[in-house]
Amino acid sequence: MSTARGYREYPQRYRYEAAVCDGCGKWHFPPRLICDACKSETFTPRAMRRTGTILTHTVVHAAASAFADQAPYAVAIVEMDDGPRVTMQVVDWRTGELKSGQRVKLEFRRISEAGPAGTITYGYKAVPMSLLA
Amino acid sequence: MRDVAIVGAAITKFGELWQQSLRALAVEASLAALKDAGVDHVDALYVGAMSGGLLVGQEHLGALLADALGQSHIAATRVEGACASGGLALRQGFLAVASGAAEVVLVTGVEKMTDVDGVVATDVLATAADQEWEAMHGVTFPGLYAMMARAHMQRFGTSARALASVAAKNHAHGIKNPQAQFALRLTADDVLSSAMVADPLHALECAPISDGAAALVLVPATKAMQLSKRLVVHIAASAQAGDTMMLAGRASLSELAGVARAGALAYQQAGKGPTDIAVCEVHDCFTIAEIMATEALGFFEPGQAAAAVEAGVTSLGGRLPINTSGGLKARGHPVGATGVAQAVEIVTQLRGEAGARQVAGARVGMTQNMGGTGATAVVHILEVR
Ligand SMILES: [Zn+2]
Repeated sequence: MSTARGYREYPQRYRYEAAVCDGCGKWHFPPRLICDACKSETFTPRAMRRTGTILTHTVVHAAASAFADQAPYAVAIVEMDDGPRVTMQVVDWRTGELKSGQRVKLEFRRISEAGPAGTITYGYKAVPMSLLA
Repeated sequence: MRDVAIVGAAITKFGELWQQSLRALAVEASLAALKDAGVDHVDALYVGAMSGGLLVGQEHLGALLADALGQSHIAATRVEGACASGGLALRQGFLAVASGAAEVVLVTGVEKMTDVDGVVATDVLATAADQEWEAMHGVTFPGLYAMMARAHMQRFGTSARALASVAAKNHAHGIKNPQAQFALRLTADDVLSSAMVADPLHALECAPISDGAAALVLVPATKAMQLSKRLVVHIAASAQAGDTMMLAGRASLSELAGVARAGALAYQQAGKGPTDIAVCEVHDCFTIAEIMATEALGFFEPGQAAAAVEAGVTSLGGRLPINTSGGLKARGHPVGATGVAQAVEIVTQLRGEAGARQVAGARVGMTQNMGGTGATAVVHILEVR
């Protein structure tokens, strides 16, 4: 990923910053420029709580090229406790923890190896909560 | 809007065609379709292609094809909607004729995917997903459909074996299609014992990487008889709808709402319903996609399609044969060509020229093509009257 693109996405990838609609209160992550619920164009940035629940998941065996060193790896759609549904990797899971309904907490991790711009990408990954207890 | 007819249809062999370039494939299909129609000029052409730029380093495919056909003066437009590019090109051609903007339109779908290796092709296909918020986390295209498959399994109890039987069925059909990439008999056990690509989807549940092209010639129905000697196949409906770009943004992960919307619009346009369809080509990029598409199109209640596949309802000889061509799975999936190839198959069926895979007496058929995880959905109903 290019350095400029990485910079643009810092607030979301590092601080879980959502856009909360000033019109209807819906939380958007990633942020939107117009609300898909009420069409408002003004939002207030707010950091999401870092907890959520797995809705569905997969274990990717045939990896995308930037993730070849991590295969096989788990990916899930997580419903955050503040509402947004977000695609992310699941790491540090133990047998039985990769399932729908599993509570997870987002942690800051390395996402992928250095790309063409020479930057290593960091961001959020989900970790099953039971492991953190 | 004018009634639009298809008077020419052609498809190249699909597969790993190392001898043929993108240009050669597109020209072969286009010339064959023009010859099939018996027309010698076109007013406009639409090319459906997903990613000439990333796969062969070539964009501007409308002008490229028009020139290669010796018709560099005509209005030539390339249409892109990921794996729905071909279906969208057909719809644009339909709209051009229906509106009166053009009289004779060529619609060509093409993709040349095997000049790059499988890893690059996988990355290119992943560009149909949201790069910043999905692909960025390592989810591949099979990975997204795998998450849909798991959601469907959790909600309806759909079994891995039922999914595998979709692939087995489409391969059984593909054996009867000389243009198909694979002539390979597969059992559900073969599918389930193939390598896992993205759990719960196995390698033999995923459409292959393919080269190929397909083409159609469209004219106003009122002029079809004077322009061409071929049996007139009417486009009874051309409908398009959408859904969220990201899979995560969907209210339901086990339904294709965009496909359902496009299907409902198509039935309304044609004045028909699911029971009027005699043969249908759906976008089985993965086994779960065929299950979810046939539910979205109203052929089966949500959660019932898997049992229908296992019971042979969607096999040749069943009540509603689905993917008689072999589908994306066995015919092959050169992505931009797929939506056009589906219509070529239905035209072939409605003309009664499908040979060993003919659905007897078929007069109404449907095609369903989608891009990404269904963010672009296009449905056509074709009919002989
Ligand atoms: Zn709002």
